Amino acid sequence: MAAATKLSGSRPQDWPQAVFDILTDLDVRQVAIVPDAGHSRLIRLCEDDPRKRVVTLTTEEEGVALLAGAWLGGQKGVLLLQSSGVGNCINMLSLMETCQLPLLMLVTMRGEWGEFNPWQVPMGQGTQPALEAMGVIVRRADEPHLVAPAVLGAANLAFNTCRAVAVLIGQSVLGAKNFKELAKPR
Amino acid sequence: MISKNDLLHRRAVVAELLRDRADLLVIAGLGAPNWDVTAAGDHPNNFPLWGAMGSAAMIGLGLALAQPSRRVLVITGDGEMLMALGALATIAVQKPGNLAICVLDNERFGETGMQETHTAHGVDLAAIAKAAGFPMSLLVRTGNQVTKLRDLAHSGSGPIFAQVKIDSEALPFVLPPAEGGILKNRFRASVLGDEALYN
Repeated sequence: MAAATKLSGSRPQDWPQAVFDILTDLDVRQVAIVPDAGHSRLIRLCEDDPRKRVVTLTTEEEGVALLAGAWLGGQKGVLLLQSSGVGNCINMLSLMETCQLPLLMLVTMRGEWGEFNPWQVPMGQGTQPALEAMGVIVRRADEPHLVAPAVLGAANLAFNTCRAVAVLIGQSVLGAKNFKELAKPR
Repeated sequence: MISKNDLLHRRAVVAELLRDRADLLVIAGLGAPNWDVTAAGDHPNNFPLWGAMGSAAMIGLGLALAQPSRRVLVITGDGEMLMALGALATIAVQKPGNLAICVLDNERFGETGMQETHTAHGVDLAAIAKAAGFPMSLLVRTGNQVTKLRDLAHSGSGPIFAQVKIDSEALPFVLPPAEGGILKNRFRASVLGDEALYN
């Protein structure tokens, strides 16, 4: 079934399933990850699919290079990362720009809506300008029902025009953590 | 193949690794390894890097996973590999049987004035690869060992890592095309067929 027709039928809160279906329809085979809680369900779905190879990275820039190699060998991939990991990718993105290689990045955001941890804010606020400075096309999705359409559009743009495209999945979609609730009362 | 310093000549090493290369796919790290691979014969099955330092081994992994029936050889330098030590952990976990990584180790950042790298001070890349979990990790110092590495890279069970100690000689550059679009398209057309150009 075409991903576009699935979109309308999926429940908005189940965006990971809708995104998984899109990736499957597009025959995305390599899934490069540095885990994030916001991606945990999508990662589990990919791990359970024998057609997809999940590659856990030590740092996100490895994923940019991995997916360059995947495309050279005729496979599509996706990079799942948190906004802080975007900072680790910057110089490696020159590979995609220079060689006109497609890259689909799905970025779960921190350091914005409802953030508790001040250490997440600088890179969270810098994510979109840093990506755009390196030639990556950026699209945001700030409500659950907008994630799958944004991913479908980004994937088609990336793979059909050989560009790097990132979807920023807003903290309002994922829910903000509050470590104070997890800490021992003082 | 051995210099007066009792070290291997880098271009002789690469020429031997690529002897009778058949359909071997080659990723060349930026700087001198790129020029060495090109000196052995520019080829559409080469993807020579001019930048993106630290990418060579991971490009090799993505390619090896996408083309499991082909052999993939990454030829890079010690400085480039040191920038991506985490990639050795990632590759060791993935266990690509068709991937070999050969580090030409002159213990120098060659393009920037021959400053010493960490390997000049005892950092042992082959031991790091072994500790990461590479089932085969070699330290290569002789011509015979290079030939053995050549055969392993062409038909041995991977992933294979090799640290080849080479002379720090500075040689004339031999340049492949610089434009990334040309390098990408000729590689994909060669590996995937001309239909790749229509995608």
